[in-house]
Amino acid sequence: MIQMPEINQDKCNLCGLCIEICRCGAIILVGNIVSFIEIEECHWCTLCEAICPTGALTCSFEIIIEER
Amino acid sequence: MAIDSNSLTVLSYFSGLSVAELEVIKQSFFEKTIQRGEMIFLEEEPADILFFLISGIVKLFKTSAQGKEQIISLARPYEVLNDISIFDNGPNPMSAQAMSTVTLYGIKKGRLEVILRQHPQVSSRIIQVLATRTRQLISLVEDLSFKHVIGRVAKILLEHTGDGAGPGQRLTQQEMAAMAGTAREVVARSLKAMEERGLIRLERHRIVISDKNALQEMINQEV
Ligand code: SF4
Ligand code: SF4
Repeated sequence: MIQMPEINQDKCNLCGLCIEICRCGAIILVGNIVSFIEIEECHWCTLCEAICPTGALTCSFEIIIEER
Repeated sequence: MAIDSNSLTVLSYFSGLSVAELEVIKQSFFEKTIQRGEMIFLEEEPADILFFLISGIVKLFKTSAQGKEQIISLARPYEVLNDISIFDNGPNPMSAQAMSTVTLYGIKKGRLEVILRQHPQVSSRIIQVLATRTRQLISLVEDLSFKHVIGRVAKILLEHTGDGAGPGQRLTQQEMAAMAGTAREVVARSLKAMEERGLIRLERHRIVISDKNALQEMINQEV
């Protein structure tokens, strides 16, 4: 399973800006729902989160300390 | 393509104008379509046309002498892109690139000046728009010039680390910005700066802290 950004459908107003900004085509509209396709080409650029005007979209980071 | 006066009403410059007034004003505009990746204007070049973004997304950014890009903002539909250079007669303070297929409405500076003379209320709207932007930029300058933001971001990282074994706590750049009391762009910049100094590594959906002590020092220096 490839981890993808997450979307809160309740906050999404279907403006489509995330679909427009994503360079790898990972975000698509299925019916009336913005959905993610699990693809490795998504390199977590976080532009979809940055452009989302309603805060519906999140690209979260797990923060870990490297073992030495 | 004909200019749609409904789109003009949504532009903050022209809100409050009557339909009849907009019908006249729209004659001065032209539409332009730009493909993803194309440049709309370049930093340091003179500007003669004021552009409004009608659909799509535009990246406004500055490039440093070393060729590094600093995103100032991602413009959404109905934002004005280059008012500063149009009104102060100087060169563009930043570059603009289409991040998707983009539709712009453009108006030549000379035509805009005529509109401003005929509709003084547009001038007051413009002053309001410029003042709001100045306020945003002042808070950005504050965050960028006072070094403590990077220390605050370092502290947030250290306070939210997991051991990498189980699902640790997850944070978005937006959340880090809210915690640090700054803009998302400043967090992105701080993370990049830490990565360049070799303190962290940005992997796909993971921030790996490679030099915990250096981060700790960074926090101590700020206190
Ligand atoms: S993080 Fe970037 S590549 Fe991944 S879905 Fe969002 S915009 Fe697309
Ligand atoms: S940018 Fe945000 S609000 Fe707009 S379609 Fe995407 S998730 Fe929904």
